[in-house]
Amino acid sequence: MDLAVVWKYLPVLAKGAVTTVELTALAVVFGTFLGLLIALAAISGSRVLKGCARFYTWLIRGTPLLLQLFVIYYGLPQFGLTLSPFVAAISGLSLNAAAYIAEIIRGAIQSVDKGQMEAARSIGMSNLQALLRIILPQAYRRMIPPLGNEFIALLKDSSLVATISMVDLMRTAQQMYVSTFRPVEIFAATGALYLVLTTFFTLTFGRLERKLAVYE
Amino acid sequence: MVKVKDLFKSFGDLAVLKGISFSVTQGEVVCIIGPSGGGKSTLLRCINHLEDPDSGTVEIAGQPVTTGNRGFWKKDRHLNQIRSEVGMVFQRFNLFPHRTALQNVTEGLIAVKKLPRQEAEEIGKKYLDRVGLADKLNEYPSRLSGGQQQRVAIARALAMEPKVMLFDEPTSALDPELVGEVLAVMRDLAENGMTMLAVTHELGFAREVASRILFVDDGQIVESGSPDQVLGNPSQARTANFISKVL
Repeated sequence: MDLAVVWKYLPVLAKGAVTTVELTALAVVFGTFLGLLIALAAISGSRVLKGCARFYTWLIRGTPLLLQLFVIYYGLPQFGLTLSPFVAAISGLSLNAAAYIAEIIRGAIQSVDKGQMEAARSIGMSNLQALLRIILPQAYRRMIPPLGNEFIALLKDSSLVATISMVDLMRTAQQMYVSTFRPVEIFAATGALYLVLTTFFTLTFGRLERKLAVYE
Repeated sequence: MVKVKDLFKSFGDLAVLKGISFSVTQGEVVCIIGPSGGGKSTLLRCINHLEDPDSGTVEIAGQPVTTGNRGFWKKDRHLNQIRSEVGMVFQRFNLFPHRTALQNVTEGLIAVKKLPRQEAEEIGKKYLDRVGLADKLNEYPSRLSGGQQQRVAIARALAMEPKVMLFDEPTSALDPELVGEVLAVMRDLAENGMTMLAVTHELGFAREVASRILFVDDGQIVESGSPDQVLGNPSQARTANFISKVL
């Protein structure tokens, strides 16, 4: 292992890492938003909404992310919808993450004691008020640890977009390895960059968890 | 003040309420006693429609309590209005754990009555003082004893200035030495003319404070009358049997 090689290619790899961070961040935002909508559908009184939410989760969780990315990037053009690798990657990651995030949010909301909703309704709050003022603030805190896991998994799974010609950290590593033929150095540096990113996530979520624990 | 007529409620095959009718006049304190599983709590929860009765009607201060149209967003405006006029105290307190004692009390004033925060806090302090917790305004529920939590819950209900208070076994989840402080608050309310409907196992309290006692078993009112009558000289064998077991 030659450290000089690592140093030489680190800046290029870091550029790939920036793309990976961008992809993950956008997928976290879109995935969480979509996940919240799906979770609300899943706990709504409407049987239709519930069914849709359940079907979506079943479909997405039951098929590989790689397949989903392929369908979006290679499959949709057959229906006349051609997406750039970046848009395809974001769409695939967000749609995939949303299913898992929805389950996390739904679980957290349903884990809040039933008496909380009853107490809120008994002083005259509407369903929506009770959800926003009483249920969600308690559910947030319970979502944090599993969401941290989910976001870390998302960051690592984003490496799959390398297969749809998205030049992220993983794809950059492959290219560097092909052109330098120094697999050990390149992959060690790549692993180190992934570790830096996941560690950052872990620490951030740990801090968030402690901060939200005031009233315990 | 409260008029209940022909209330029926089943959970699946299990008939819990089998035609209950009674009324409570203003300032009356009615205690509901009876064995577990007899339908007491369900009856209380049907009054403000935390459970929807299968049939029958409930009226509070002349207004019918109805669940109305079951659309998710627009339903229940009428029901929310009525609920805000009916205080409810739960067996397990159900305080909001992410809010301080004061915030628990002001929550409904701000969210439902739309009072400005300052005014809500004035009212909140007044009611926490009334239940003897003026020094615990900024404590979170997890830092309070069971008795203190239940008193906050009573203050939370009182702050809405309800026309009637419903108590669902308010002392059943408390350690024995904490029961007294909650009963003292309830007694104080009763003496000040609050209309109250309480499901309770505290027969001593019922005897002293109640204007009337309903003995409920198997989904029906088996016996109703003054405390002396129902507790001292029950006319029904089931009532006598229950009382002899509890006392």
